[in-house]
Amino acid sequence: MTALTGTRRLARLVLRRDRIRLVIWVLGTPLLGYALAGSVAGIYPDEAARQGYATTSASSLVARAFNGPIAGTDVGAVVVAETYVTLALIVALLSTFAVTRHTRQNEETGRAELLGASVVGRYAPLTAALLVVVAANLAAAALLAVALTGAGLPLAGSVAAAGAVGGVGVAFTGVAAVTAQVSVTSRGANALAAAVVGLSFVLRAAGDVLGDTSADGTRVESGWPSWLSPLGWGNQVRAFGGERWWVLALPVALLLAGVALAYALAERRDQGAGLVAPRPKPATGAAWLLSPAGLAWRMQRGTLLGWAVGIAVLGVSMGVAADEFNAMIEQNPAAAEAINAMGGGADLVDAYLAAMLGLFALTIGAYVVQALLRIRGDEADGVLEAALATAVSRTRWLGTQVLAAALGTLALLLLAGLTTGLGYGLVTGDPLGEAIALGGAALLRLPALLVVAGVVTALFGLLPRRSVVLSWTALLVFLLLGQLGAVLELPQAALNVSPYTHVPSVPAVDPAVLPLVLLAGVAAALLTVGVTAFRHRDVPS
Amino acid sequence: MPVISIDNLVKTFGGIRALDGLDLRVEAGEVHGFLGPNGSGKSTTIRILLGLLRHDSGEARVLGADPWRDAVRLHRRLAYVPGDVSLWPNLSGGEAIDLFGELRGGLDRRRRDELLQRFDLDPTRGCRTYSKGNRQKVAIVAAFSSNVELYVLDEPTSGLDPLMEAVFQDEVRRIKQAGATVLLSSHVLAEVEALCDRVSIIREGRTVESGSLAELRHLTRTAVIVETARPVTGLDALPGVHDVREVDGRTHLEVEPAHLDELLGQLIRFGVRALTSTPPTLEQLFLRHYGDERVAADDPESAEAQRAGTR
Ligand SMILES: Nc1ncnc2c1ncn2[C@@H]1O[C@H](COP(=O)(O)OP(=O)(O)OP(=O)(O)O)[C@@H](O)[C@H]1O
Ligand SMILES: [Mg+2]
Repeated sequence: MTALTGTRRLARLVLRRDRIRLVIWVLGTPLLGYALAGSVAGIYPDEAARQGYATTSASSLVARAFNGPIAGTDVGAVVVAETYVTLALIVALLSTFAVTRHTRQNEETGRAELLGASVVGRYAPLTAALLVVVAANLAAAALLAVALTGAGLPLAGSVAAAGAVGGVGVAFTGVAAVTAQVSVTSRGANALAAAVVGLSFVLRAAGDVLGDTSADGTRVESGWPSWLSPLGWGNQVRAFGGERWWVLALPVALLLAGVALAYALAERRDQGAGLVAPRPKPATGAAWLLSPAGLAWRMQRGTLLGWAVGIAVLGVSMGVAADEFNAMIEQNPAAAEAINAMGGGADLVDAYLAAMLGLFALTIGAYVVQALLRIRGDEADGVLEAALATAVSRTRWLGTQVLAAALGTLALLLLAGLTTGLGYGLVTGDPLGEAIALGGAALLRLPALLVVAGVVTALFGLLPRRSVVLSWTALLVFLLLGQLGAVLELPQAALNVSPYTHVPSVPAVDPAVLPLVLLAGVAAALLTVGVTAFRHRDVPS
Repeated sequence: MPVISIDNLVKTFGGIRALDGLDLRVEAGEVHGFLGPNGSGKSTTIRILLGLLRHDSGEARVLGADPWRDAVRLHRRLAYVPGDVSLWPNLSGGEAIDLFGELRGGLDRRRRDELLQRFDLDPTRGCRTYSKGNRQKVAIVAAFSSNVELYVLDEPTSGLDPLMEAVFQDEVRRIKQAGATVLLSSHVLAEVEALCDRVSIIREGRTVESGSLAELRHLTRTAVIVETARPVTGLDALPGVHDVREVDGRTHLEVEPAHLDELLGQLIRFGVRALTSTPPTLEQLFLRHYGDERVAADDPESAEAQRAGTR
């Protein structure tokens, strides 16, 4: 028996377990690409419109930070600028979660042990998972290339753009192979991989902001930090703007390096163990721990800390970047005019800061979903049953979880606002004032996030077995509506489905009370439904 | 008033009828064995008694209250050990025990430490790293260190080694002495025999037998092998005697305990030289109820094989 014996059988098992997810992934990506390409082509039909778009994108730091470097005035280049970052992020997260699901999660649940005892080589489970995830990325990329060509874009550029997106998936497959070895829990492995995704985003944004604009003002040459980021590599392929094919070798190299490292780590550790040996823990429970609230805090604190660090770093750097607008407006009145025309005349810096806070709110939505779905995890593996067999009511148990998630959300939002304000204030000279102003503005996003909490709670109460998939789907839909809804020219009714649509984007506009009250009302209704349904259903279900 | 009383309980999961008119009565102060083949509905019944599942029809009362509506109040008075314990992976065993104890309304610290020692459990280890048996011990220690009236134990010793099994039995006797009531679902017949005052056997969601072990034994036949001076005759006419066979000059037969007297009266007339009588083993008792009702009792081959296997 070799270390790879049984790989094929395990790969088939992975395919079987994930058949629905994989189909959605492999077909969904090209469909989304097709729809986006078509609608961008409709919005920017002629060279003049695209010229305007390209110069604005090249001169706007916000556009550079969030859409990446623009690569000329081809329709394809505009499509890439409008969609690449979103697609790349989705593909990166899908790939990491899939790898973790079929490696560390199997070890955590003991499924791997059962498999390991049968005729299966040491490397087979990891290899099987990687094969399937890489194949899914390649299949999705191939179909995406077909879809983009079908939407009327040039062949070479379509292939390069699809390769760029697929490359991101491949690169993060390699990253996840390593994080799955390092962390003992699948949650930890995912968190670690997601942190690498976040870091890649920041590096790419920084490199693209620092980059140089070409003489004609329609192209951006990214700075060196972008080259350190697997998310940035996709832009460096320069699809539709003089393709650099060799860049596609970078993700492949990262995959190979990651796999080699993962094998080496797997060689060194026991099944189910991580790389760090467990330390002795307290023999008795501290008084603060011994209640539903104490337990919720104990379960959340690690996650919260991770989120807080990420948000603080991102907040300060985005805040500092905001000041670049002021400098730019002074140096380049023409560009400022162009952005002003786009931005509807509002204060540019405020528009940028509002967009940042909106983005933070979307991201924190993932924290809300993750935090609340813990109780479903507890239910699925049986510990909820034991907890509810004690003298704690279901209402109190679920209520505590919701309250803990809400408080965590409040803290993270506040932190996002404070750090962004702090970063901006540090360079403009009023750190305290800006921090307070933006901290307040950030808190206005709370009702929208409470609606997200309400959706998850209601799903947990009503459809517990589906709640994990449906909750993440709901968040993804909100994300897509927010990020791509305008590009796709979706009707307002569709955009209104997302709670984020209704948040007044302070500080760019004045705060409005009514939408916030309505959102809070919807959240309260959803939470009530969730708790009531939970009280009346079977546990476990 | 019984501590647990269940009448005609029905519970369906989608199309599956997990409980189909189950009855169960557990009196105060007794250790009640709850037996039945896999999937017969033991855990389902227990979850209904804990107010975790809602039943479709019939009635269930625990300590005089409705387990669904009065769940929280009842849970202060009972402790539960599931058959497959799962714990919060990032807590230590000690923390998990204290947490369960506190959520139940407090636990006896001295008992807790004593039990940890008796069960040889290291409370500083992370729950993630516990073996199946050790996770089971966490739940057992948490349950036994709270002073409650009723203990609901669903296969509590699955995964415990024989030494720990003995400690467990000691502890059950101790809580019984203290006046508590125990509902014990188990597949370990030796444990049931050692601990239980009464047992209920269920099959496919229905109660098929209930009573003390002595009473249940009474329902099953005793195997008799007798060697006599003269060939025995007239056995077939006796009530309660079955499966009479001649093997190597000895007579093999089975007799219902109630008719042992008549049998002996008849045998004595033929000059008894040797006689062995084997009461039914517990296994036979249960196999009779678990399996296809009559197989164990009526098919001499398999009855013989089982006896050989269990002696
Ligand atoms: N949540 C559920 N959904 C669907 N069916 C269930 C559920 N829980 C139990 N069942 C079914 O109900 C029946 C009784 O199951 P139960 O777990 O009560 O058996 P058990 O007597 O405890 O078995 P074991 O000895 O194996 O523990 C089984 O057929 C089982 O498949
Ligand atoms: Mg069971």
